[in-house]
Amino acid sequence: MTTLSASGEFIAKKYEPKGPVVLDCHVDNIYYGNFRAVRDTTIPIEKNKVTGFIGPSGCGKSTVLRSMNRMNDLIDSFKFEGRIQYHKHNIYDKKIDPVIVRRYIGMVFQLPNPFSMSIYDNVAFGLRLNRFKGDEEEMVVKALKRAAIWDDVKDKLKNSGMSLSGGQQQRLCIARAIATEPDVLLMDEPCSALDPIATRQIEELMIELKEFYSVALVTHNMQQATRVADVTAFLGVDISKGGRTGYLVEMNDTQKIFHDPQQELTKQYVRGEFS
Amino acid sequence: MSETMQQVLPPRIELPALDKNVFELRALKDTFLTIMVWALAILASVPLFSVIYMLIVEGGARLDMEALTAIPPAGFEMGGGFGNAIVGTLIMVGIASAISIPFGLMAAIHLSILDPNSKLATISRFLAKVLTGFPSILAGVFVYAVIVITTGTYSAWAGGVALAVLMLPTVTLAAEEAMKQVPQRMKDAAFGMGCTRTQVIMQVVLPTGLPGILTGVILAVAGAAGESAPLLFTALFSNYYMAELAEPTASLSILIYNFSGMPFDNQIELAWAASLVLVMLVLFFNILARIVGRAKFKD
Repeated sequence: MTTLSASGEFIAKKYEPKGPVVLDCHVDNIYYGNFRAVRDTTIPIEKNKVTGFIGPSGCGKSTVLRSMNRMNDLIDSFKFEGRIQYHKHNIYDKKIDPVIVRRYIGMVFQLPNPFSMSIYDNVAFGLRLNRFKGDEEEMVVKALKRAAIWDDVKDKLKNSGMSLSGGQQQRLCIARAIATEPDVLLMDEPCSALDPIATRQIEELMIELKEFYSVALVTHNMQQATRVADVTAFLGVDISKGGRTGYLVEMNDTQKIFHDPQQELTKQYVRGEFS
Repeated sequence: MSETMQQVLPPRIELPALDKNVFELRALKDTFLTIMVWALAILASVPLFSVIYMLIVEGGARLDMEALTAIPPAGFEMGGGFGNAIVGTLIMVGIASAISIPFGLMAAIHLSILDPNSKLATISRFLAKVLTGFPSILAGVFVYAVIVITTGTYSAWAGGVALAVLMLPTVTLAAEEAMKQVPQRMKDAAFGMGCTRTQVIMQVVLPTGLPGILTGVILAVAGAAGESAPLLFTALFSNYYMAELAEPTASLSILIYNFSGMPFDNQIELAWAASLVLVMLVLFFNILARIVGRAKFKD
């Protein structure tokens, strides 16, 4: 049942995706300087599904997520070993431009981060960046509608994005991310700074969005994973060698992870014995 | 509730004294310090207001169209003005801005975004801070050596460069501070959208930090407009409207310096009027800086 790597470290059983995979993520190792942050983590992101990442603090779930559109390249000491397959490209290939990767694999952050410009300009930002030739207004309206914020803002598109409430700002950021029609949407604890009502709205939105996009969702909230994610990856922290290295413990359909986990560690985590 | 209170607290025999007593030591100290603070604050603004008062009384009388447009009078001549000095000041401040703003902004981008912790950045930040306290007369001497001697003439160019030397650190440090205030999460958002570093700077950091940057720039302009020492031996002075940038050029501050020491009433009156104009100019820039600094995106 358990597989060990050459050096005797635990390796999770491979999750067999049931549908087509958009982003096939194979992490061998991720380092920050000499610190080994993540090892042996294979997570396929399936098309039109929500893939949840759960696990205790410091298990590297955000690190893995941020590796998926090369956001971590902005950190000097970051080093990635492995490959992330996106269509026919390995996005960590030397000839790949990370800037272009980020245009296809969008990201929503933990804290809502609208630009200090109008609501309309926030959403149109990515379109202008990509020199979009079609009907800009139509795309902006479409994105705002999909992000379920159109009714809140349709009369004040010229107002600053910063003037909205936290939950509205986050939906605006989602609209901004989807305006350019990315393939994959990476969401890094998008509700952790929001109140329960705003959280529920974003959760409903994520379920609607998977019709158009494939979503990878990092969450610290297990209930959120059960509500939203189709597939869930549970990452643990290995402190055996003195470090704090995150690794994939188990990945499966969300129902399986929460009701019939195969690993003892997963069992303890979903029972809430540690967090 | 009153029952439980009575159970917990023993009945009070004496009611506590809550009345105000202004003769208590604590209250006296408070009153004394409050009066001191007010008095010193008023005292501190006396010089500013008395200067402005003097300028308005003495200079306001001569402030008319002729003073603003005519050229300076000679010895016993009556009338005249300082139009050429106003033009000269504006042109030299313009030259200084055209030099110091691009350099300062680029230095600030390097200091705040591109490589904030590198050795080069640490050293240049330190040097910029040293340069803010640089005696302005030395900026004049420096430019005298570099430009006036090599070109063989006093000029508006030289004056502009001397002012630019003084403006540069102010612009750099203010712009760096303004750009540092742009939250990291906004830059993350821009990178996450697929911006290159240049696009992040041009489309997010500069527009977001613009009010702060402009405030710094305008204050630097105001400071430069009032400078006289760096112009003494770079632009010198001229009694005529400038014909070209490569000739000695008049400025308000030097005109005030020259005329205030003259034994002619007419010239002294003009020096007062020119002082008033200069103060108004500086005040205008300062107020503009406050307004721009306060301008946030409309909600």
